[in-house]
Amino acid sequence: MTAERRNTAALRFVLPAAAAFVLAYVLQTVLDDYVMSIVNFVGINIILAVSLNITNGMTGLFSLGHPGFMAIGGYVTAILTLPAARKAMFLPDLPAWLAGLQAPFVPALVVGGLCAAATALVIGLPVLRLKGHYLAVATMGFLIIVQVLITNWDSVTRGPLGLNGLADLTTVWQVLPWVLLTLYVSWKVKFSSLGRTMIAVREDELAAQCLGVNLFFTRVLSLALGAFFAGVAGGLWAHLVTAITPSSFSLIMAFNIVVMVVVGGSGSITGSLLAAVLFTVLTEAFRPLEEHYGLYGIGEILMALVLILILIYRPGGMLGTREPRFLVDDDG
Amino acid sequence: MLSAAPRQSESGARTLLKAEALEKRFGGITALADYSVNMGRGELLGLIGPNGAGKTTVFNLLSGVFKPSAGRILLGDRDITAARPDRRAALGIARTFQNIRLFAEMSVIDNIRVAFHMHRGRGLWPTLVHTPAFRRAEREMAERAAEFLELLGLQDVRRERAGNLPYGLQRRTEIARALAADPQLILLDEPAAGMNPNETDELIAVIERIHHRYGLAVFLVEHDMKVVMASCDRIQVLDRGRVLCEGRPADIRKDPRVIEAYLGTPRKGSRAGS
Repeated sequence: MTAERRNTAALRFVLPAAAAFVLAYVLQTVLDDYVMSIVNFVGINIILAVSLNITNGMTGLFSLGHPGFMAIGGYVTAILTLPAARKAMFLPDLPAWLAGLQAPFVPALVVGGLCAAATALVIGLPVLRLKGHYLAVATMGFLIIVQVLITNWDSVTRGPLGLNGLADLTTVWQVLPWVLLTLYVSWKVKFSSLGRTMIAVREDELAAQCLGVNLFFTRVLSLALGAFFAGVAGGLWAHLVTAITPSSFSLIMAFNIVVMVVVGGSGSITGSLLAAVLFTVLTEAFRPLEEHYGLYGIGEILMALVLILILIYRPGGMLGTREPRFLVDDDG
Repeated sequence: MLSAAPRQSESGARTLLKAEALEKRFGGITALADYSVNMGRGELLGLIGPNGAGKTTVFNLLSGVFKPSAGRILLGDRDITAARPDRRAALGIARTFQNIRLFAEMSVIDNIRVAFHMHRGRGLWPTLVHTPAFRRAEREMAERAAEFLELLGLQDVRRERAGNLPYGLQRRTEIARALAADPQLILLDEPAAGMNPNETDELIAVIERIHHRYGLAVFLVEHDMKVVMASCDRIQVLDRGRVLCEGRPADIRKDPRVIEAYLGTPRKGSRAGS
């Protein structure tokens, strides 16, 4: 690779990242808090869609478990950042070492993400033997188990009441770096030997295996990678909404994220990003309409309609599995 | 570049692959019974037989896609009977498929590069940090891919989506991909199926080229007699799950049992295979 090509490769990432920071600064000064929170939701949904795209889109593991990983990351982060005094009030039965602990936000997010990834490794063992619809149902089962566990593990999670009054730590300066990191990681993986094995597993696992690809390792890695960012997104989400309950992370949420990946184009990072922006903005845009005319649910109906139309007329999604040519430096 | 020198140990073991008394049953049906084969390093062996004789079953057993119901398989001195396909690929067995199995959404060059991962690919951390080792590995993979693209005349379609290629080029991409796995033994399952006479001639040339250039052992399942007779040193004939006979192409051609297996007994007069 020549110096010039390396520079353009760096520019491809550094320039948009810098532009994103400038944009975030402008939005921060211009917009009010409510609209800014929508911007943060857009960012969180980008993290969710782009990370699910690693699992569902690139490796072809149809997972509905993403909100389950979010829940794990969300609760871990929330418990870690909760001041000791509030812990004593909310969760009097917490183990001593945890009760006295109060971590800063960023390390708490990282630990939340790692817990989600570790869970992915554990459930991957039995679940990743399954394929297609069976895998979808099994990951849905995982999501339900997580919800039930959170509901019943009173001493740590405060049960169905959930944790409320969390500090509003999630600002655009927290969300944006994580968005950029998620994009960087999935981009780097996609255009590397490792990412090619993931796509190969999606395309034809028998052929991939006969070329020396370890199917199980590849699947577990992509599930854990997606789970890590889902966990982080869960932590960001919890401290944006400032409350979490067991029902925060539902099957409907899983459906919404899957729709973003499918509409964007399974395997396309750019597609997932665009679809996440589009869906979040549209949902919010319909909200005043719903309230004004009393047409509650019209947003969901239109969203479902868009999905059906995409599946009929453009089954590969907006961008198929590819990225826009001008962004790609790779020879493939 | 693969080394052209034969990779045999000093002890001079000429046998590369040995299968002993392999048997494969699916439920009550015996697809293959008492199958044995002995392949030398760099040998070009053909496997023929009427439809349903069990040829692809042999390949599936050798590449690890199926586990045999009985018998064992040795690669060199190593017993690989229980090894998974990815392990066998790492040990040096590569294959193509009768009904082409390319990674359709991936480009031709990426199809080939997948095969490099087991020996040269880097893990998650080097990939994310973009270490010098990672960059070197990616550069080497690109260079070697170019070599295989050239060998099979695929340079012009390197960036094409593999699923969009015409049939003949898909076959060649699959062969290039199998070669990129750096095998000692390559199993080609009906590489000439669906090819016109021109493409078939090119294929014969390609098989000879890879055989000579890389000193590779080639095991060839083929219906097209022209290909088998032109390229193979030795031929095995399979009929109804059993080895009918084995020998040099000239002898096989004249063997009455082979003629009967293919053409049936005169009374039936029906013609199986092509």
